[in-house]
Amino acid sequence: MSCALLLLLMSLALAMGTGAAVEIQRPRGVPLSKRQFYEENKPFTCLDGSSTIPFDRVNDDYCDCRDGSDEPGTAACPNGSFHCTNAGFRPAFIPSSRINDGICDCCDTTDEYNSGATCQNTCREMGRKERESLQIMAEITKEGFLLKQQLIHEAKRGQEDKQGKLTELQGSKKGLEEKVEALRTVKETAEDPEKEAKERHLKAWEEQKELLRMEKDKTRMAEAFLELDDDADGYVSVAELQSHLELDPDSDGSLSETETQVSQGQSEPPAPVETPQEESRDFVSDHDSDHYPEDYAGEEEEDVEDDEEDDHDEEEEEEKVTPEKREDDEVSMPPYDTETQSLIDGTYSHLQSLICDPECISICRNLEKEIGFDFGPSAEFAYLYSQCYELSTSEYIYRLCPFNRVSQKPKFGGSETNLGLWGQWAGPEGNLYSVMKYDHGQGCWQGPNRSTTVKLTCGKETVVTSTSEPSRCEYLMEFTTPAVCQEPASLDEVLHGHTEL
Amino acid sequence: MFGMLWIDVYDMYMCSSSHQYPPDQLYAKEIMFTICTSMRQRALKPGQSPYRALLETLELTNTKLTLQLINDNNKVRLLLELYRLQGNMTRVKINELKPLKPRFEVPDVLINNPPTDLSLLSQDENGVVLSLGADSQWLIVSAKPFRLDIMEGREVLLSLNSRGLLAFEHLRIRKDTAEWVLNVVCPGWLFSPTGPSSISLDFSLPGVEHVYGIPEHADSLKLKTTDGGDPYRLFNLDVFQYELFNPMALYGAIPVMLSHSAQRTMGIFWLNAAETWVDISSNTAGKTVFGQMLDYVQGSSETPQTDVRWISESGIIDVFIMLGPTPTDVFSQYASLTGTQAFPPLSALAYHQCRWNYNDQEDVAAVDQGFDEHDIPYDFIWLDIEHTDGKRYFTWDPHKFPQPKDMLQGLMDKRRKMVTIVDPHIKVDSSYKIHNEIRSKGFYVKNKDGGDYEGWCWPGNSGYPDFTNPEMRAWWASMFAYDQYEGSMENMYTWNDMNEPSVFNGPEVTMHKDALHGNWENRDLHNLYGLYVQMATAEGLIERSGGVERPFVLTRAFFAGSQRYGAVWTGDNTAEWEHLKISIPMCLSLGLVGVSFCGADVGGFFKSPSTELLVRWYQTGAYQPFFRAHAHLDTPRREPWLFGPENTALIREAVRQRYALLPYWYQLFYHAHHSGQPVMRPLWVEYPQDTATFSMDDQFLLGEDLLVHPVTEEGGRGVTAYLPGKGEVWFDVHTFQKHNGAQNLYIPVTISSIPVFQRGGSIIPRKARVRRSSSCMEHDPYTLFVALSPKRFAQGELYIDDGHTFNFDKQKQFIHRRLSFANKALNLAPGSQFITPSWIEKIVILGASKPSKATLKTPDGKENLLEFEFDASMSVLTLRKPGVNAGVDWTVVLQ
Repeated sequence: MSCALLLLLMSLALAMGTGAAVEIQRPRGVPLSKRQFYEENKPFTCLDGSSTIPFDRVNDDYCDCRDGSDEPGTAACPNGSFHCTNAGFRPAFIPSSRINDGICDCCDTTDEYNSGATCQNTCREMGRKERESLQIMAEITKEGFLLKQQLIHEAKRGQEDKQGKLTELQGSKKGLEEKVEALRTVKETAEDPEKEAKERHLKAWEEQKELLRMEKDKTRMAEAFLELDDDADGYVSVAELQSHLELDPDSDGSLSETETQVSQGQSEPPAPVETPQEESRDFVSDHDSDHYPEDYAGEEEEDVEDDEEDDHDEEEEEEKVTPEKREDDEVSMPPYDTETQSLIDGTYSHLQSLICDPECISICRNLEKEIGFDFGPSAEFAYLYSQCYELSTSEYIYRLCPFNRVSQKPKFGGSETNLGLWGQWAGPEGNLYSVMKYDHGQGCWQGPNRSTTVKLTCGKETVVTSTSEPSRCEYLMEFTTPAVCQEPASLDEVLHGHTEL
Repeated sequence: MFGMLWIDVYDMYMCSSSHQYPPDQLYAKEIMFTICTSMRQRALKPGQSPYRALLETLELTNTKLTLQLINDNNKVRLLLELYRLQGNMTRVKINELKPLKPRFEVPDVLINNPPTDLSLLSQDENGVVLSLGADSQWLIVSAKPFRLDIMEGREVLLSLNSRGLLAFEHLRIRKDTAEWVLNVVCPGWLFSPTGPSSISLDFSLPGVEHVYGIPEHADSLKLKTTDGGDPYRLFNLDVFQYELFNPMALYGAIPVMLSHSAQRTMGIFWLNAAETWVDISSNTAGKTVFGQMLDYVQGSSETPQTDVRWISESGIIDVFIMLGPTPTDVFSQYASLTGTQAFPPLSALAYHQCRWNYNDQEDVAAVDQGFDEHDIPYDFIWLDIEHTDGKRYFTWDPHKFPQPKDMLQGLMDKRRKMVTIVDPHIKVDSSYKIHNEIRSKGFYVKNKDGGDYEGWCWPGNSGYPDFTNPEMRAWWASMFAYDQYEGSMENMYTWNDMNEPSVFNGPEVTMHKDALHGNWENRDLHNLYGLYVQMATAEGLIERSGGVERPFVLTRAFFAGSQRYGAVWTGDNTAEWEHLKISIPMCLSLGLVGVSFCGADVGGFFKSPSTELLVRWYQTGAYQPFFRAHAHLDTPRREPWLFGPENTALIREAVRQRYALLPYWYQLFYHAHHSGQPVMRPLWVEYPQDTATFSMDDQFLLGEDLLVHPVTEEGGRGVTAYLPGKGEVWFDVHTFQKHNGAQNLYIPVTISSIPVFQRGGSIIPRKARVRRSSSCMEHDPYTLFVALSPKRFAQGELYIDDGHTFNFDKQKQFIHRRLSFANKALNLAPGSQFITPSWIEKIVILGASKPSKATLKTPDGKENLLEFEFDASMSVLTLRKPGVNAGVDWTVVLQ
């Protein structure tokens, strides 16, 4: 009983240190904004209007109002809340169940006035720390935001370049198609004998063809590349290739000499070329779901957008026919008659191979795809495309390739695990571009496919700062980038905007 | 052929190293049992017993009667001992008169043996008649064939060996002949050097149609007949994804069966720790309702009778027959034999948050914070095996938990606690202190060749400490000292898992039966291992505090007597609705045989629950004794706030209901500790004459005053609760709506409904100020809910102590007051030895009429008028703020 009486505290000037010049009197736990509802010596009406009680029942440690408003300073109401002024820091509301529970919740210690808990007033210290960190954040935001403007600018230029390139490629393809069309009539006259010869040949080589396919592919692709470079149009120059980082097989951010040598050296043997090999495999063989190709072509099949699908299918059909034809001529096989040879070697064939050249097609397709990505409202995330960022932990190396995939590789041997392929932006409403979601990674025993959520925060650097696995096979990655930096508010606003004085 | 089959199975266990559990179908058929002991035993059919009592050997002292029995087929003699125990119990012991070597008798389970008088009334060549003390009870020993009948007046309560199934395989010298292998021992499997040693005895229970108990089985509360199927098996096993409605063995074994009829409740306690099977048959089971009606109309019905047969692989027959006659009597009788429920720290009755695994200190801090952010109370956060350094118990993973004391201090600052897991398998690793000490002290279980027994478990190759050795247990207990268990603090408690023991590459995922615990084979005491692990651990927690603090230890494996050491959970259940439902009969069955502190993993361990199932499980778990959410490593996270604000609110509300009711829970546990009465009770315990309640296991009582019928149906729109008690009333605790007893009440439900009713005539104390942990609520005021009976009477209790020490016992520091409402006055009876700052905040009287005034009288002679509110629609009178201290006397007079 005595304890209850103790709690009849009203209009006490609470010693709050020196935070405010005048401490306005109000019942314990009432925020300034609601002071006018608690007028001393006048009956108190519950804030929901449900009933009116004598003023001495405010904070008398018994809950009279359904909304808990008569006990702002005690724990009596299950749904009440207590206001801490926290002079020097930020004011806060805490559930009234935390009043006198022996745990210091308010930095100004006002929540523990009768529990025996010894709380220290930490508001000034907390305020100072908060200001410091806000200051640091503000600086980061400021610099980050400048960087972001640059990124936006670059992205815009890059986008234009790519669009132009695509248009150009599509244009020259069209030109070629016209030429082919013109030559079709010429070819058709020779078609019958050619067909005959081919059929004979095909029949003879049906079985061996299968075995030699991979070998042939390599050769074919090398040829294709050489041919590409050979072309007087010159629309796929080294420089152009180098500007397309998506062709970079090791994702180191640039196309090295070796990587581009196939384009440079006409006379050099094409054997060590990596990219074309990868591609050719993609075109002729089905994807193994366990295989995670580094290159863009591999992703193509996993990620086809609906509107692309039709084109894609057509292309696939074309591709299936063409390489076979080429295979049959180009591998060194038992000789066949010179008549056929000359027919096949004709200009028609050559041009057609250029139109349908997988390399050319994939460049177009990847340009289209890249242009189609959602790189943010101002394409500020475009710079992340085809980049990869790593983080080493005690056990693993985590690797985030934005808009592509996330993976994990044990530090000391063992194979890489796919933690998810690019899914979509998954931030909350109003902040969509703050979270990336990667899913459909490698399956888990008795569990889901692995997936990764990447949380983006503003930073000057583009870095993976942490990874964790909060739930089995569901990874969480923290990633800083200037691209999410918001226009900084003025520092004063940040520091004082919501401080009750 | 059977031998070959077994070898195949055995190899399968040996080979499956990565995932160690054998396929389900092996359990389903319980191969070992069918081909082994019980096959031989069950092949014995009812008939004339070959045993004869040799009356000339009868000796009667004032504590016991001894008598020799002879098997007329092989001339082997047995020794029968009969004791009359205080409290209406009879003990029957049968052993070989001259065994080749001693047979195992279970130690450490009985807390004492209280013998009393037995007197011989008459004797002739056919047998003897003994008086069993009060109530005109007789024990008749018939000589040929041997049988025992316990009678009260002219009524037979129970007969032993009336079906002639007493069997005793005597120990003999092993002969490795084909005849021996094929006919004497189980083919092929780890047989004992002295041959088979199984025992068996039958019990007939005239007038009985309902038997209960013998946990642990995932089955209905009322035990089923086993004719034509497998018997109920008692053999502690680590079962992977157990099946429901199945007599298969699970993690624990309590060989106690209760029988109940409208006339009498009795119990049979078969004190044997070897693998045990129980067969149940009934002369009424299987009869259709029509058939029973016909019998009744024609008056030709034979008396209903249940016959039970117990079989154990080794040991002796040592049976305690608890003669009731009421359920309460049987609970007291059993408690007088094996002790009562440990009185847990109050916080252990609150909510526990567990998961395999909370990954690191940051994770623990984040989850702790999550509870505060979502304003959901919890008291304990748990760490499963991944917290250790390579599954070396008593250690911490140096990367994930580098500063355990900081973590524990962080929890302590919030007045919360932690449980870490300590399993009994010890990694064989010469750089692991615990292993080295156990090995050097010779404390490991040995294999039959004398080397340390080793098996696979979580850490890989592991040794198993011999917990049956008291020196080992003392050493183990000392490992919980704060300076031994590095990083531990006083707010850290312990969980013993895998203590069946689980041996991944052992037969049926457990220890080989020929492994040696001192001189005894695991076969003899298998079911005791888990009890000893928990015993030693609880002792360690007591010792580390200098005997001051009550321990809290959760165990998966258990035996009769395990209730003395802590809590039990129903093991690795599954996130399915049927598993939610089965949690009720599983815990009810445990409660009937002493283990009140029981719970099931909320949400289900394996698989991922639907949101609805999770919410319903919280609602059910909030009203079951041990309330812990747990989840498998491979399941998605399921902390209560991960399913949207509506579901967070539903779970918060369920947990809050638990916290508000903690004073009542605590009081129930005090009673369980004090007198052995179960906390969670089947309805028939309180309504023993109401046959409608005898098979009910979708609802239950907490104590005698709260009836809970949780919603356990997917998409449930309503439940039909049976409110027992003709002439009684029940009040919905949420709406205060009054309902009459002895009716099936349909209750429409929504997703927020948890149907709970308070019995008219009761007073239940609650604490309405739910805070973030139970410790934070320690000094909060009480609200008394007074539910009036139709005769406008109610009574209840208020128990208060410090909530965590033994001072309630050693120094009698507690408040235990009687609250009664009669003639419009509410009194507290005096008798206080504890000072509490808690006071009475509010009194809510259900079923009241409106008074003109309410006066509070205190012992100092003061009288104060109390304000009140009266809700005429529900007849609820709320007295505002009596404000009296909960420890003083007071009276409220309503006029």
